[in-house]
Order: sequence, then structure tokens, then C-alpha cells
Amino acid sequence: MKTAVIVFPGSNCDHDMYYALKKVMGAEVSFLWHQEPSLDDFEAVVLPGGFSYGDYLRAGAIARFSPIMQGVIRFAKRGKLVLGICNGFQILTESGLLPGALMRNENLRFVCKHVYIRTENNQTRFTKSLQPGQVLKIPVAHGEGNYFMDADGLKKLQDNNQIVFRYTSGPGVPEKEKNPNGSIDNIAGIINSEGNVMGMMPHPERAIELLLGSEDGRLVFESILS
Amino acid sequence: MILKNGILDPQGKAVNNALHHLGFTGFDDVRIGKHIEMKLEAADKNEAGKLVEEACKKLLANPVIEEYTYELIEEEK
Repeated sequence: MKTAVIVFPGSNCDHDMYYALKKVMGAEVSFLWHQEPSLDDFEAVVLPGGFSYGDYLRAGAIARFSPIMQGVIRFAKRGKLVLGICNGFQILTESGLLPGALMRNENLRFVCKHVYIRTENNQTRFTKSLQPGQVLKIPVAHGEGNYFMDADGLKKLQDNNQIVFRYTSGPGVPEKEKNPNGSIDNIAGIINSEGNVMGMMPHPERAIELLLGSEDGRLVFESILS
Repeated sequence: MILKNGILDPQGKAVNNALHHLGFTGFDDVRIGKHIEMKLEAADKNEAGKLVEEACKKLLANPVIEEYTYELIEEEK
């Protein structure tokens, strides 16, 4: 599978993502600068973490209008896979490819640590290598990961099984204390209703080797590449 | 731009607490927003208003969580 990692000015997890896809998972990967207009050659694109355009105005608000995002929106409309991690997730909500918004963490702190997330939906192209309810240990690193959605929208997400990951305790209980950012319903990751665009705040690309403390993130990439 | 009513504003809450610590106990429900000043050339106020509306909807505010108001001030040439 030909995959691309998009590089915005201020992306800083692009090389980690490249490494995860290429060195660890053996996928074919290219970096694509944010001014590239076309994604025609690829089957999956990843919007990596970082601080695109310095997070000015709102995280992801300016990146969303970079030339390549028009291509990403068309790419997504054609049913191709789009994965947004952290800042990538923020860009996807800003661009309207995913519903809701990511706000400042409830406790106002930048949170950088390993968390546990539970697989709420393993029937997606991003999670099919996971078991239902499987708990993953994956790091988060963000200041604006507080997922918000109004009551009607949240109900839709719940009813359509669009919540893919929730923050939980190690044994997989979605306790309020285990929610690192105040996200509504402990949401850590969601998918669009068509099932081809997923965003998540935790960084699977930082959990791909035991040396890094966890290799649970591999399962996300395995799902995408298989 | 300011967060819509009903959406928790943790910054506002922190500032609210700080005010109370300083003895400003009469203050309550502090909300923090953003203020943007722009220069804009337009044929008239009506057109300027339309352009500002469009800019707010498309870029400056996130309609999922924020609401906005604006004021147009004519500059003498």
C-alpha cells in the first residue's frame, strides 16, 4: 500500500510516523509537503501531530486551508483512507472531515504521558486487527485535545458506532479520572460515518517498539496496511 | 469570538478563581474570548459586513464551539 505523510510547517511527528510506517511496518511511504496539490498516487494519507502554523488562531484552523487539504478532502470523498493523529485530528475537525471540535484541555495543562484507551469499534479499516474492547497503552501529548460535540451530535456518534477509542483505566473502565483532557464521553478517537477518515489524539506511532514503552500502536498500522 | 454559552471555558474559570483570591468576590462567570482587528477595503458598510461575516464563518470562528460579533468602523480617507 502506498502511503503518504503530510508535512505542514510546524508538523513535528512526521518523521516518527514515517519511521513507524516504513521501518517498522514495511509500508511504502512518501512525505508530501503541504503545497502539493495531488494525492492521486496514494491509498492512505496520514496527517501527523505537531503544531501546524504554530496553532495560531485555533489548532488546525490555518492548516485546514493549505493547498494539500483540498486534495485530502477530495481524497476522502473518494473513500480513500485518511488518518489524523493529534494535530492531524484537529485539522480534520477544522476541515469538516470529522465532526466536533478539539478545545483547550479542561485542566489547562499540556498533558504528555502514556494513557490507556479502549477499542470501542474494531469493525473499521483502522482497527480491524484489534479485539473488541482491547485496551491499548499509547502516549498522548497535547494541550488541546478536549473533544467537544453537542448533545445531538454525540448521540449520533454513539448510535453509529463512530467512537473508536475511549480513555479508560488499565483494565478498560472509562473513569472520569482517566480522562486526560476533559473530552466529552472520554472520547479519544472517532471515525466519520463513511468509515474512511479517523482522528485520534493519542500517538500510535510513538508506541511501536517495546523500547518506547509499548508496541500497542502497531495494531492500528497493521489494520490500515492489511 | 467567544465560546458559546454552555461550553466550559477553563481559562475563564481559572481567571475567575484568581479574581476571587484577590478579593474581587463580586465577579462571576468570567469568559475569555478573542479580539481581532482588521483593515478592510470595501465599497460600503454593507459589503464590508458581508465580507466580515464570510471570514468569520470560514476561518476566524469555529461555529461548533464559538460565536462571534463584529463592529465596523469607517476610516476617514
